[in-house]
Amino acid sequence: MVTELEWLRWIPLLPGAVAATHGVLLGLLRRPLSRGATIFLSCGAVLGSFLLSLAALWQLISLPEGKRFLGDTVAPWIGAGRFSADIAFSLDPISAVMILLVSGVGLLIHVYSIGYMDHDLRDDKGFPRFFCYLNLFTFSMLVLVLADNLPLMFLGWEGVGLCSYLLIGFWYSDRWNAYCGAKAFVVNRIGDFGFLVGIFLLFTAIAGVLPPERANEAVVFRQIEAVFPLIAEKTIQLPHWLGWLPGAPEWKLATLIGLCFFVGAAGKSAQIPLYVWLPDAMAGPTPVSALIHAATMVTAGVYMVCRMSFLFAEAPGASSVIAWTGGATALFAATLALVQTDIKKVLAYSTVSQLGYMFLAAGCGGYSAAMFHLLTHGFFKALLFLGAGAVILALHHEQDIEKMGGLNRFIPWWRPTHLCFLVGVLAIAGAPGLSGFFSKDEVLLAAYTAEHVPGHRWLWGMGLATAGLTAFYMFRLHFRVFFGAPRMKDAAKHAIHEAPSTVTTPLVILAVLSALAGLAGLPQLYGDWLQIANSNSLANFQAQALASAHVHEVPHVVEIQLALAAVSVATLGGLTAWLLYLRRPELPEKLAAALAVPYRLLRDNYRVDEFYDRVLVSPLVWISERVLWKGVDDRLIDGVAVLGTARSVQRLASHGLKYAQSGLTQSYLVLMLLGATAVVAYLLG
Amino acid sequence: MVVPLTHVIGLSAILFAIGTIGALTRRNLVVILMSIELMLNAVNLSFVAFARAWGGVEGHVFVLMVITVAAAEVAVGLGIVISLFRNRDSVDVEDVSLLRW
Amino acid sequence: MSFAAFLFYAFAALALLSSLGMVLNVKNTVAGAMWLVVTMISLAVLYVLLDAYLVAVLQIMVYAGAILVLFLFVVMLLNLRSDAFAAPRSRATKFVGALVGVGALASFLSLLPGALPRVVEVPASFGSYRDVGLTLYRSYVVAFEVASFLLLAAVVGAVVLAKRRLD
Repeated sequence: MVTELEWLRWIPLLPGAVAATHGVLLGLLRRPLSRGATIFLSCGAVLGSFLLSLAALWQLISLPEGKRFLGDTVAPWIGAGRFSADIAFSLDPISAVMILLVSGVGLLIHVYSIGYMDHDLRDDKGFPRFFCYLNLFTFSMLVLVLADNLPLMFLGWEGVGLCSYLLIGFWYSDRWNAYCGAKAFVVNRIGDFGFLVGIFLLFTAIAGVLPPERANEAVVFRQIEAVFPLIAEKTIQLPHWLGWLPGAPEWKLATLIGLCFFVGAAGKSAQIPLYVWLPDAMAGPTPVSALIHAATMVTAGVYMVCRMSFLFAEAPGASSVIAWTGGATALFAATLALVQTDIKKVLAYSTVSQLGYMFLAAGCGGYSAAMFHLLTHGFFKALLFLGAGAVILALHHEQDIEKMGGLNRFIPWWRPTHLCFLVGVLAIAGAPGLSGFFSKDEVLLAAYTAEHVPGHRWLWGMGLATAGLTAFYMFRLHFRVFFGAPRMKDAAKHAIHEAPSTVTTPLVILAVLSALAGLAGLPQLYGDWLQIANSNSLANFQAQALASAHVHEVPHVVEIQLALAAVSVATLGGLTAWLLYLRRPELPEKLAAALAVPYRLLRDNYRVDEFYDRVLVSPLVWISERVLWKGVDDRLIDGVAVLGTARSVQRLASHGLKYAQSGLTQSYLVLMLLGATAVVAYLLG
Repeated sequence: MVVPLTHVIGLSAILFAIGTIGALTRRNLVVILMSIELMLNAVNLSFVAFARAWGGVEGHVFVLMVITVAAAEVAVGLGIVISLFRNRDSVDVEDVSLLRW
Repeated sequence: MSFAAFLFYAFAALALLSSLGMVLNVKNTVAGAMWLVVTMISLAVLYVLLDAYLVAVLQIMVYAGAILVLFLFVVMLLNLRSDAFAAPRSRATKFVGALVGVGALASFLSLLPGALPRVVEVPASFGSYRDVGLTLYRSYVVAFEVASFLLLAAVVGAVVLAKRRLD
């Protein structure tokens, strides 16, 4: 069933080896590579991964449909009783799409970083370190995607979390950056806990129904999928204090496992309530935001849900939770993006919102729609971030859009920075014909037809509203940055220049992809119109790996109606932005003053961070400091156990034992005789 | 043997006990040393008795060794007593208790 | 009871009484030493009765004749009269000491009846100088030599310790 492909392991291992080389040279030997060598090795490694990914895809396609699996077992890894896992990689349709995205976009961002980090004024020794971390990240992400079994996927999962921390806090001499990195890591960790619990539950459930020699089938994805029907109908009894939960007192085991996995996905992919790290993650360099927080790491959660789609198909409760969380997050984050003034924060909240879309689709059973949106979002969001980076470079590290404006006088629309940014904005807003239009429509269609999710029509409405808001805030961003009166300092105006070609070339490539990627997943509606049979190549290709139990066919008329609704809402958003920021620029301030309270709330990000701090973080810190440190560690362990034993021994000696040393010869004689008598008695008796 | 072995050993035990009590109770250093001599003599009596009981002369050889050691010990011990007396003008054993807490 | 047995018990009693006299005598140190001499001589008689002729003679010559004389020299040199000492530091020690002694005695005596071997017959030459000498110089010559070293060390030590300061 699985075809062996020996060189599959080199896809993650090439960047991994380069990262290790950098690590040894920088960390142990303190001799960084030269700039040229760093570029050659790091970019070369990712290029190699990309080419190998293409070759692997070619091999995959040449296999017959339904049997498209490529595998590569490297070495045994864990063997502990019934539980065993190997270091093994496997390629199937969804992971093939992912590795192309990761290595392709990763390659573009590596090239972009050459130009971007050269202009880094803060730390010019960071060049090799940055590329080391980027390579390490690429390695971890590829391991995550290509992993054959759950523990190895978790290894990659942790690895990307680590690299996220390292890269967000890259300029660590500024404490705020280090704090943001730590925040990302800690919030991720909370999700990881859920992921682990899910793995344990799944393993226990499956190993419980299999004979011991087949127990390790509970970790490899393909084999879990094969034996999953054995436990699909199992239920568990909830304890009576959880009786208020819907569906109590009996829950499907699959639902519980699905929820645990979703906690992990929510942490990694920044859904409510674990999204708080993503806006602060913008403290890292812009290429990092583009790679990790737009195209790859945050999509790991979506990938994981799609990978386990066979589980979620059997767990309608968990799927509904996913769908509603995704939809709520999408709307919630979109409202927050309306009032941000940092160019990267707008894009960060936009990412959270779009990830919400992906989970909305996945929860509604539209797994291929989720993967499609993942792909297109990877292109246009990376494009937007890189474009923002180019703007930031042009204005010498200015990130506040209130201090930008009128950039089109210095960088006209036909220059790469401006044009590519415009393409990105159009794509994310869902302009017809561009990739975002098709993928968003697929997502909304999945929500509209998801009968198994309660209130799915409301979800569709939320998705529609989000689309409108998205168009609004993206055009707001574009107009504030590029149009209107210039609001920057005069000194800065003279220094504005277009970015170097290492920066602009990736922009152009991504713009082309953002525009044309829609063709990969062209819905059949348009396929019929253009007379292409089986036009949705992406969905067809991935059908082998994704569960499709809840796909409903709707008449083409309804599809067209839905598409028109989305386009009109987006147009409305765009026009509103044009009105408020180009025609009547004095209006936004008046609106803000009139709606002062909601505006304040939005500006404070709904005070979520403060809430978490009050309810979770401060009590935890208080307990750690007062109770565990001062109480237990200082007083109990140090005071009683360590110093206490020493003091009591000392007191015993100085108040008790010393009196034996009286100096009186005859006392000593008595003791000696007693001892001798004891020995003799022992020997005789 | 002229008397049962038990009696001889009993006598030896009593003499040893008397010597022990003397060494532990008296405060005069010289008397302590004399008590130790008494203990050694008691042990010599035991050796001689057993030598007679088992017919082996080794017991007598050991007695010779004990007498030799006793002689050496007394010589050195009395030398120490003389030194102590010269420094402290006393042969009280409780006056030589500097090695105390 | 044969005459030898009677002699034995008589001199055994004498040894006991004189040893008690030595230990319990507080008033006169010289008298205590003399009591010890009596004990030594009684023991020598006991040795003779136990066929240990060489040992008996050596007991008188070395023990009573040299060692105890040395004691007497020291007593007279230091002009020790009676035990006129300061109050004892700890009375309990004395008591415990006496108790330990009695306890040791009691334990030895309690072991007596069961443990002892049978007595064998010995030839007439048993315990004579020839008998002991042959055994000593043949089988135990190393011990003999070591003992002479010991005596040498004692001589040196005694001279060093008792010397007056060279200032």
